[in-house]
Amino acid sequence: MSTMNEKITEELRQKARQLLESGRVAAFLGYASGSVPMVMRPFVARTPEDADRLEWNSFCVLNLANYLPALLKSFEPPRRPNEPPPQGPLPKVGVVATGCWSRNMVVQIQENQVERERLVIIGISSRGMVDRKKVQALIAHRDVTAVKEGDNTLVVAGPGFEEEINRWDVVRDNCKSCVHPDPVIFDDMIGELKGERDLPDRFSQVEEIEALSAQERWKWFTSEIQSCIRCYACRNACPLCYCPTCFVDDSRPQWVGKSIDSVDTAIFHILRAYHCAGRCTDCGSCESACPMGIRMRILTKKLQKDVLQLYGIEAGMSVQEPLPLTTYKKDDPQDFILTESLKGEKK
Amino acid sequence: MLPRAGFQQWLQELSGQFEIFGPKKNEKAIVSWQRLEGGELPDMAPGVPKGSIKTFFFPQPETLFEFTARPKQDDSFRLREPEKRQKPRLVVGVRPCDARSVLLNSMPYKEDPYFQQNRQNVILVGLACRNGCSTCFCTWTGGSPVGTEGLDILVFELEDGFVLEPVTERGESLLQKASSARDATEAERQAVQEIRDNAPTSLPEAMEPASQLVQKDLMALYNAPFWQQLSDSCINCGTCTFLCPTCYCFDIQDETLRGKGRRIRYWDSCMFPLFTLHASGHNPRGEKVKRVRNRFMHKLKYFPERFGPLSCVGCGRCVRDCPVNIDIRQVMKELLAV
Amino acid sequence: MNPYLPYPARIDDIVIETEDGNLKTFKLVLEDDADRAGWHHVPGQFAMLSIAGKGEIPIGIASSPTEKGHLLFTVNRAGVVTTALHKMNVGDPIGVRGPLGNGFPVDSELKGKNIVIIAGGFAFTTLRSTLIYMLEHRADYGNITVVYGARTPGMLLYKEELKQWQERDDLDVHITVDREAPGWKGLVGFVPTIAGQVKPSPENAAALICGPPIMIKFTMPPLEEVGWTDDQVYLSLENRMKCGLGVCGHCNVGPVYVCKDGPVFTRSQVQKLPVEF
Repeated sequence: MSTMNEKITEELRQKARQLLESGRVAAFLGYASGSVPMVMRPFVARTPEDADRLEWNSFCVLNLANYLPALLKSFEPPRRPNEPPPQGPLPKVGVVATGCWSRNMVVQIQENQVERERLVIIGISSRGMVDRKKVQALIAHRDVTAVKEGDNTLVVAGPGFEEEINRWDVVRDNCKSCVHPDPVIFDDMIGELKGERDLPDRFSQVEEIEALSAQERWKWFTSEIQSCIRCYACRNACPLCYCPTCFVDDSRPQWVGKSIDSVDTAIFHILRAYHCAGRCTDCGSCESACPMGIRMRILTKKLQKDVLQLYGIEAGMSVQEPLPLTTYKKDDPQDFILTESLKGEKK
Repeated sequence: MLPRAGFQQWLQELSGQFEIFGPKKNEKAIVSWQRLEGGELPDMAPGVPKGSIKTFFFPQPETLFEFTARPKQDDSFRLREPEKRQKPRLVVGVRPCDARSVLLNSMPYKEDPYFQQNRQNVILVGLACRNGCSTCFCTWTGGSPVGTEGLDILVFELEDGFVLEPVTERGESLLQKASSARDATEAERQAVQEIRDNAPTSLPEAMEPASQLVQKDLMALYNAPFWQQLSDSCINCGTCTFLCPTCYCFDIQDETLRGKGRRIRYWDSCMFPLFTLHASGHNPRGEKVKRVRNRFMHKLKYFPERFGPLSCVGCGRCVRDCPVNIDIRQVMKELLAV
Repeated sequence: MNPYLPYPARIDDIVIETEDGNLKTFKLVLEDDADRAGWHHVPGQFAMLSIAGKGEIPIGIASSPTEKGHLLFTVNRAGVVTTALHKMNVGDPIGVRGPLGNGFPVDSELKGKNIVIIAGGFAFTTLRSTLIYMLEHRADYGNITVVYGARTPGMLLYKEELKQWQERDDLDVHITVDREAPGWKGLVGFVPTIAGQVKPSPENAAALICGPPIMIKFTMPPLEEVGWTDDQVYLSLENRMKCGLGVCGHCNVGPVYVCKDGPVFTRSQVQKLPVEF
């Protein structure tokens, strides 16, 4: 009996191979197995044979939308920065997408980073991806040499041990609190759409911190980012971060210091989060990429919650939907601009 | 030979003379280099700490000098050397790969006053590895899990204590201060020898020496077909370079506040596009594939051509923490096959 | 000796070189007698100019070692530091770190040779240093030919000196501008075209070429046509640099550091490197 993931893998390879063979796509973006357990390698299949290296399992944690703008561009004829794009249809790229990844593709389409016509999206309804840091914590940080995945279990093995873990126990926080596992745009599906999940407590992780005093929240934040090494893995793993020059790298003017001064690090994390407001799909790529175990997606989750409450919008649910923070309506809530003390004076 | 308590007592005694550091677990169970107080023992679980040992020699950031920054005034740009660190430091629980990285970095930094002064003021007390971890490959790069290069003292952990071997003179003189030390028994000597014999063979899959890469044609390696595929996965973050003990690139910048300034150098990464960007806008390594290739070519070809050894000690940090599983071991194999 | 500490210096004079005002020559004097006495550079070397609070920038040394007591740097306004430098006045303090890099082999390989200097735009700076050095040691070199061009007459550097050089009979000088311009009576045409017309002989000769990459690319075919080989051609590379000491890693082109192994390389050396400059 093959597992669900094995079936998905088989179907994925087949579909990707067909797309590449027929010439409908120039490349297919998916995942291949890595050289260490629990880390998958984002992989660009360029030939039908490459398609056989595609793999699907619970460790596909980095959002593939992240790679699309550059990958699409690599198939365009070279041109100068101000030159208009060439006439006629450009080569397409195939990509596998879960709910959040597809929503990021929607955001990219809304923000003119990718064109829908150039994507062939193979949708997969997500069962939630696994947080390898949680697995490591469960097995007391011993050296893991092999992980075998069943439908609802992981068998984790290393020198002198083998343990079975319940898969859901180690699923990432963002996946556990996700209500949209289905892709919102796709050209083809593997498996069935699952429908929305009903999760009344999806923001509980945020609410826990909201309940703290301002002082305690600051303490939480500073201790959370204290180990940051400024490698920018969180930023670079994020499909929303595509500015040609990021504000942290800019030197004219220099917005923020480049070493690991705690103030600079705090500015980086706060601004990074705010740049994602109204655009973040809580895909968890940032947190999965972080080598230091910083839970920075709680910041973006808070902004997601606020945007949902203020504007009733969740990022990337539909191409037609306006981007909440780049459109203006007269009846937009504006109360949050005022500080508590100013609000008091108004009364 | 020092029993556990004797080892702690020794560290306790040395804490008057040194600031003592070692691997220590934080609340997220991440092992990092931290201050150890009052005879505290370092975390001795197998493997290397998360962060790089270079932080002791090439701190993030290093103040090169201080100055007054009041343009057009007479005292502008009067330089002051930064304040010197008061106490020398002693780092315990250093794995042989990490210690070796200090020697390797010392080659390009041979005439660097800051790095060399830090070397003078940091004592490294090593901890021999009994077993390699699944991401370890020190033997591929010219090191050994029981190697002494770069260390002042090498420690072997046994059932009921530690056997300490001096490597340098300054290590020897520190060992003389270990009041409860006694000569190792024959059985203990044998236990140490067993670690010596078994540790190297415990490492996963040995490989033909990567040092052979020096003989390969530079442009043949440079033009090898696999770089594109490798860079397809890369997200160009600095995780590999910042965790790597032998990545030593830096940027220099001035920081000023109210007329007082300092020039600092801080870790930079050849993975970042701005690393090579000219003021004109031209970028010699503007494409990701060029940056990915440069990092590996530097470690495996350019550095060895200049200095001899590979600029890699096989600690496996990059393998362990690369978010997209770019694995230098596979790159070595690919390059050797060119 | 701490190689990261700049020598204190002062701006002694500023000359606006070009009509667009973007190129200025700064005459710097090291403040300390010992620093002045200890300074020895070779034409083709560079130094780090340092402005407190702004940072450092590598600039080729435009003065010849034979011009004692001061240093000249011709600076294009481009980034943070050069913009700050352009705002400075005579008397302002500045730091100088160097000399750095290898320079042209004026006292070894180039000695006794016929010299051809080909330059475009503001890349002429270290070649000015070289030319003046050679003129001071005129007997050490054979024929000296100079081909120098800029976009317009107003964009030429060192205009007074160019006139003096043109008047010398021990020097063959060809100054050109890209397009016809009012009042310009000299040559018109791109540097590679003029170099092709001059047809310098490769016999016992060396060419020093500095300019934008595109100029170098198109200058080579006419030279090769008359028999020049890559090991006779010296180029000066530019890359982003930070330390200038071959440590920080910014300027490497494959296995070489432009700041330490260069900036001067023969073209045959450059041909063996990846195109990362």
